[in-house]
Amino acid sequence: MASNLAAGFTCHANGESTPGRGSSSGRSRRHRSESESDVGPTDKSLARLCSRDEEERAAALEELSRGVLVCLELDRPGSAQLSKQTLLHLLRLSRSCPLQEVRGRATELLRTAQEQGVEVPRALASGPSSFIPAKEILKQGLDQDILIESFLSLGRVDHITMVMALHPAYLSCFLRTQHALLEMDGPLPRHWRHYIAVMAAARHQCSYQVQQHSAGFLEAGGEESWLSGLEHAPTKLRSLQTLNKLLAHRPWLITQQHIQELVCPGAEPRWSFAELIHAVVLMAHAHSLCSFVWGCSLNPEPDHIGGYTFQLPSPRRQARGKSMMEVEVLMQRMVELQQQEEECTQEEMVTRFERERSESIPTAVVRGAPPDLVLRLVEEPEFRYEDFAPKGEQSPPTMRAQDYSWEDHGFSLVNRLLPDMGQLLDEKFQVVSNLTYNRMAMHEGVDTHTLRKALWNYIHCLYGIRYDDYDYGSVNVLLERSLKVFVKTMACHPEQTTAHIYHAFWRHFRHSEKVHANLIVMEARLQAALLYTLRAITHYMR
Amino acid sequence: MEKMSRVTTALGSSAISGRTMFCHLDAPANAISVCRDATQVVVAGRNIFKIYALEEEQFVEKLNLRVGRKPSLNFSCADVMWHQMEENLLATAATNGAVVTWNLGKPSRNKQDQLFTEHKRTVNKVCFHPTEVYMLLSGSQDGFMKCFDLRKKESVSTFSGQSESVRDVQFSMKDYFTFAASFENGNVQLWDIRRPDRYERMFTAHTGPVFCCDWHPDDRGWLATGGRDKMVKVWDMTTNRAKEIYCVQTIASVARVKWRPERKFHLATCSMMVDHNIYVWDVRRPFIPFATFEEHKDVTTGIVWRHQHDPHFLLSGSKDSTLYQHMFKDATRPVDKANPEGLCFGLFGDLAFAAKESLISSDANRKPYPGGDRRYPIFFFKKPDPTEQFAHVSSALSVFETDLDSNRMDWFVKTAQLYLLCGKPFAELCDHNAKVAQELKRPQVSTTWTMLRIMFSDPANLTMPGLNHNLSKLGTLPLMNSFNMKEMSSGMGTESRLERSKGESRQDNIHLEPGNSHASNNNEENEETEGSEGQAEYMFCDAELDDDDLYSMENDNQAEEQEYMLPQEAFQLRHEIIDNPSAPEHLQQDKADSPHVSGNEAEVTCLTPIESFSLISISQPLFSPHLPASFFCPIVREMLSYYAEQGDVQMAVSVLIVLGDRIRKEIDDLTQEHWYMSYIDLLQRFELWNVSNEVIKLSTCSAITCLNQASTTLHINCSNCKRPMSNKGWICDRCHQCASVCAVCHHVVKGLFVWCQGCSHGGHLEHIMNWLKSSTHCPAGCGHLCEYT
Repeated sequence: MASNLAAGFTCHANGESTPGRGSSSGRSRRHRSESESDVGPTDKSLARLCSRDEEERAAALEELSRGVLVCLELDRPGSAQLSKQTLLHLLRLSRSCPLQEVRGRATELLRTAQEQGVEVPRALASGPSSFIPAKEILKQGLDQDILIESFLSLGRVDHITMVMALHPAYLSCFLRTQHALLEMDGPLPRHWRHYIAVMAAARHQCSYQVQQHSAGFLEAGGEESWLSGLEHAPTKLRSLQTLNKLLAHRPWLITQQHIQELVCPGAEPRWSFAELIHAVVLMAHAHSLCSFVWGCSLNPEPDHIGGYTFQLPSPRRQARGKSMMEVEVLMQRMVELQQQEEECTQEEMVTRFERERSESIPTAVVRGAPPDLVLRLVEEPEFRYEDFAPKGEQSPPTMRAQDYSWEDHGFSLVNRLLPDMGQLLDEKFQVVSNLTYNRMAMHEGVDTHTLRKALWNYIHCLYGIRYDDYDYGSVNVLLERSLKVFVKTMACHPEQTTAHIYHAFWRHFRHSEKVHANLIVMEARLQAALLYTLRAITHYMR
Repeated sequence: MEKMSRVTTALGSSAISGRTMFCHLDAPANAISVCRDATQVVVAGRNIFKIYALEEEQFVEKLNLRVGRKPSLNFSCADVMWHQMEENLLATAATNGAVVTWNLGKPSRNKQDQLFTEHKRTVNKVCFHPTEVYMLLSGSQDGFMKCFDLRKKESVSTFSGQSESVRDVQFSMKDYFTFAASFENGNVQLWDIRRPDRYERMFTAHTGPVFCCDWHPDDRGWLATGGRDKMVKVWDMTTNRAKEIYCVQTIASVARVKWRPERKFHLATCSMMVDHNIYVWDVRRPFIPFATFEEHKDVTTGIVWRHQHDPHFLLSGSKDSTLYQHMFKDATRPVDKANPEGLCFGLFGDLAFAAKESLISSDANRKPYPGGDRRYPIFFFKKPDPTEQFAHVSSALSVFETDLDSNRMDWFVKTAQLYLLCGKPFAELCDHNAKVAQELKRPQVSTTWTMLRIMFSDPANLTMPGLNHNLSKLGTLPLMNSFNMKEMSSGMGTESRLERSKGESRQDNIHLEPGNSHASNNNEENEETEGSEGQAEYMFCDAELDDDDLYSMENDNQAEEQEYMLPQEAFQLRHEIIDNPSAPEHLQQDKADSPHVSGNEAEVTCLTPIESFSLISISQPLFSPHLPASFFCPIVREMLSYYAEQGDVQMAVSVLIVLGDRIRKEIDDLTQEHWYMSYIDLLQRFELWNVSNEVIKLSTCSAITCLNQASTTLHINCSNCKRPMSNKGWICDRCHQCASVCAVCHHVVKGLFVWCQGCSHGGHLEHIMNWLKSSTHCPAGCGHLCEYT
C-alpha cells in the first residue's frame, strides 16, 4: 500500500532497489528458474549488471562481490555455501562479459574462492569454437560496442554472438531478427517459441541450442515436464512434428496437404496462419542456426552441461587437412568466369545443374549416439536428408527460382501474415548476400561476388532450387571438392561436421572468411526451406 | 471531340465487339501482349508461347511458337511484347537472360529471329519503342538495361542502373528519347536513350521493389508505379522533382499497372501474391476500386487493354492457365456494394457519422437542416458520363460532440465507493445501494436493488400501500412511442449529453436504420444498462420514485419541443424498445411464473390506463408472503447475466456479494469468477484499490480470494549490514543494530516505512512528509534531493 501513497518511494522489499526499469525490461534472465533456490548473490544482481546505467552496474558489481565474499567467510560454519549455479555464472562472466570491469572482478572472485578452498569450475573449452582458435575470434577484443550492446540487452554474450561478431554488420541484423522471433510481440506465447526452437534444434542434435532454448523456455514460464519428452507437450505443438521433420531435412516434400492438416477449419488443434508462419520461421531459423553451430563447432557455453568441469584439464590436439586448391588458382578462375563468353547448349546447362545436385559427396561420418537430452525430443530420428535425385529414380520436380522467389513472393506472404518479420528477414538476406570485404586470403581488392553467388546457388541446388539464369558449371569450377564436402555436410547433415572437414577446405583463408562461408550456407539454407514452405502455404491459400 | 475522332479513325470501320470469354491454356502464363489492331493476343510463360485470335465468341489458337522437341530455356518467357508498329514483330524476355525477337512473317515453323544473350541474369522486361521500328529495350535482374537495334547483332547501348535488378522499363509515350526504369531497391530512374552514361534523374518511389511502371498514354508527365509495398503511385514528372500526385493503397503487392485508354484517371492493377482479382481504379478515389474483375483463380500475371483507344475490353492471363477477355460492362462495381454509412468515435468520445444524403432525404418525416455549422457535407466528384463514373454519392457528415466536462465514468467510481456490500442487514444494504443508485440518477439500478430487497427479505417488511400508490401513478402514464423516447433521451442525458441542435438530433436518430441508431447510442455506455427494462419496472413498483417527476415527464411528452426544460432527475430512457429486443423477453421471464403473464405482456407494448389498473389489482398477490425467496432465483440469475452482458459488471458483482448464499449456487463458478475478475480489473484501472480489495475479500471464489494472499511476504534487509533480517523483531541479529531507523526521529519504524529510491534513506511516513514540506534534501544528510510525490 505504501507504494501507492508515495509513488516516489517504494516499500522496503528485499533490500534491493526495484529490479526492472524500462531499459532492462527486454533483458532475458535465463537462469532465474535454475537458481531460484540459491541463497547467495544471484540473479537480481546479475541482471543489474546488464543495466545501461553505469553507476547501477558498478553498484551491482559491488553487491555481487560482497555477496560472494560473505559466502566465503569460512569462519562462519553456518553461512550459505556458494551454489554451483553462482559459480557457473561467475565463470561465464569471467569468460565472456564484454565489460572489462565485470570480467576482471568475476575472475578475481573465482580465484579468491579457489584460494578459500572452494571447488571452482573451469571452462572446458578454450574459446567459443573448437575449430577456430580463441585468439582469432577475439582479435577485436571483447570490448566491441556490438558485444556490449548484446550483453546489455540479452544479459549474456553467447558463443554464437562471439563468432558472428567477426562480421558485425551481419550480427546486428541477426540479433534483431532473433530478438523479434523470440521476444517481441507475436502470435505465439513466449515459452512456445522456445519450445519450438528446442524441437527444431533437436532434429539436428544440436545440444547447444537445445540447452539454450530450454533455459529460455523455463524462464518464460514453461513447464519443465515438456522438456522431458514430446509426449508431455500439448497436441498442438506435437502436430508440428511432421513439418519440423520435413523442414529440417527435405523441405521440397512439403505440400499444401501438410499446411492444410494444420490450418484447415476442421483441423484439431488448429493453427492460424500467423501462428503457423511464426512457427515455420522459428523452425527454419533454428535449423539453419544448427548448421552454423555445427559448422563452427561451437563449444558449449561455460554454464551448459559439457561446458565446464570441476576437474583438471588434459591437453588436446588438432589435426590439419590439406587444401587442394590454391588461392591464386581460384582467383584466376573467378576472373576467367567473369570474362567468359562461352556459350553452351540448354542440355548442357541442365546437365550441369543435375550433376551438381546429384554429385556424390560423402558426408556420412558416423558419430556417437546423440545425447539423451536431445534424443527424447525427436520423433523419427532416423529421418535424414537424402540426395535430391537418387540415381535412376524419378526425382521430385525442381523448383524454379523465377517462379517462386523470396523477393517477389515469399516476402509478401510473410509480411502479410507476420508483419515486420518479412522486413527483418529481407534485410538479413540482403546483408548476407552483399557482405564482402573485397579480399581473399592474403589478397586485397578482390570482387568475391561470383564466389559468393556460387556458394549460395550450390546450396539452393542441393535443395532442388534452380536458377534459369545461372550456369552451374561455375560451381564446379569455383568450389573445390573439399569445400563442397564441407558445405554439403553443413547444410544437409550439420551434426556430422568434423574438424577434418572444416580444416580441409580453403587452407590459406582466414577463419573469418570461413565463418563468412558459414553464414552464406546458413542463410541460403534458411531461404530454401522458407521458400518451399511458403510456396505450399500460397498454394493452400489460393 | 478531337479524341473521339481519333478513336474512330483508329478503330477503322469495324469497331471491336465481343463478350466476356476465356480459354484454357496448357500452362500458367507469365505475360500477355496484344497486336496493334486488337485481333490477336500472344501468351507467354515458362511452358507456353502461343498466339490466339480474338474472335467474336471465343479465343482461337492461331500459332504455337514453342517448337522443337526439347524447347530451350530461351522459350521460357518472363515477358513478351508485340510491336505496336510492325505487326509481325514480337520480343520476349527469357528467364535465362536471353532477349529473343520473333518474326511471324518467317516461312519456317521456327519463327525465332534474333537472339541476344548479353544479360547475365533473368531478363524481367522487354519494351519496343512506340514509334521506332527497330528499337528494343530490355531490363534485367543483373541491373543493366540494354537498347538493341534489331538491324544489328548486338546491343547499341547499355545503361547501368548501379543497382541490382531492373524490374520494368517503359518508353515514354510522348517523349521520343525518354524511358523510365524501375528497380528492386525502390528507385525509379529516367533515362535519355542517347546518354547511356548516367540517368537524367532518379527518385525513390516505393519502399521495397517497384515491380512495374506505366506512362500515361495521353498526359506526358504522368507515370504510374506499383510496388511490393502494396501501393500504386502516380507521379507528375513535368516538374523539377518528381511529385506524387495520387496514391492508391491496394491489399497486395502490385505486379502490373496499366492506364485505361480514353479515361484520364483510370488504371488497372493486378497483384503478384494472394489476391487474384484485377482492379480498375479511379486514382482520385483511392479507397475503393472503380471496377473489379474476379474471374481468375490464381494470381493474374499479365493484363493489357485490348485496344489502345478502347476502354471497354481488358485481356488478362493468369497462373491458373486461363486467358480472359473481360468486358467492362460485366465488371463488379464494389462501390455498389459499399456501405455509404460511416461511423467513428473520436478520442474524447465524439462521434462522427456520415450517411448517404439521399437516404436521409428520402424519408418523409425529415425536417430541413437548421443549417448548423456542425454539418459537413461531402460531395464527391462527379462527371457527366453516368455509366463510366462512380455512382454519385454525397454524404452528410454529422459530428456529435461529447461534453468534455462530464467525466463519463464518474458514476462507476462513485458507485464503487458508495455501495455497501456487507456489514449491515440485507434489507438495509439493498436500501442503501438503491439510494446510491438513485442519487446517481440510475433509476433502473436503484429499482433493481429495491426489488431485490422485496424479493429476498422478510415479506412482512414490505410496504404494500406505497407500492400500490406508485403503481397507479405509473399506470396513468400515456403511451410513449419510441419517437418520444428518443426525444427525451437527447434532452435528458446528464452524464454524456450529446450537444447538438434539435433538428440534427432528430434527423440522425430517427431516420437511421435500427442498427445504426443503436450504434450511435453506444457512446453512452452507462446508459446501456438502463434499456427499456426501466419501463418494465413501472409496472412492478418503485417506492422511491417521485411523483412529480413522473408528472413532469408526462407534460414534457406533450410539449415535445422543450426537452431542455426537463429536470435532470428524470428517467433516462434512451433506448427504443425495438433497439433492445432482449428487454421484453426478460420481462416475460420475470413474470414467467405469474398467472398474469399474458396481461402484462400486453401492457408493455400498449400501456393504457385501464389495463394498468387491472395489473395493479391482480399483481399484488404476486408478492404474497407465501412465495419462497428461491422462487426468484432464476429471475435474479437472468438479471445478473443481463447486467454483466450489458457491460455493468459492477452491478452483477455487487448483487452477487450482497445476496451471498441466496444466489451463489445458482450461478456457475466460472461465470462468477469471470465477473469478479472483470470488476476487479476495472476497479484497479480506476485505482480504487480499497474497493477492489474489499471485493476480493468478500468473494467466495477460491481463485479470487487467493489474489489477496499472493506475495504477502516482505523480506527485509538490515540497513546497516545489508544482510537479510532473518528473525522477527527490529534488531538485526548479525550486526546487533536497529534496522529501519527513521532518518528524521532516529527511532525504529514500526509500521509504514517509506524510503527514497534515490538514496535509500527513509522513515516514518508522516515524518518524511513533513520534512520534505520544508526541505528538499534528504533528512539523513546525504545530500540527495529526495522527492515525495
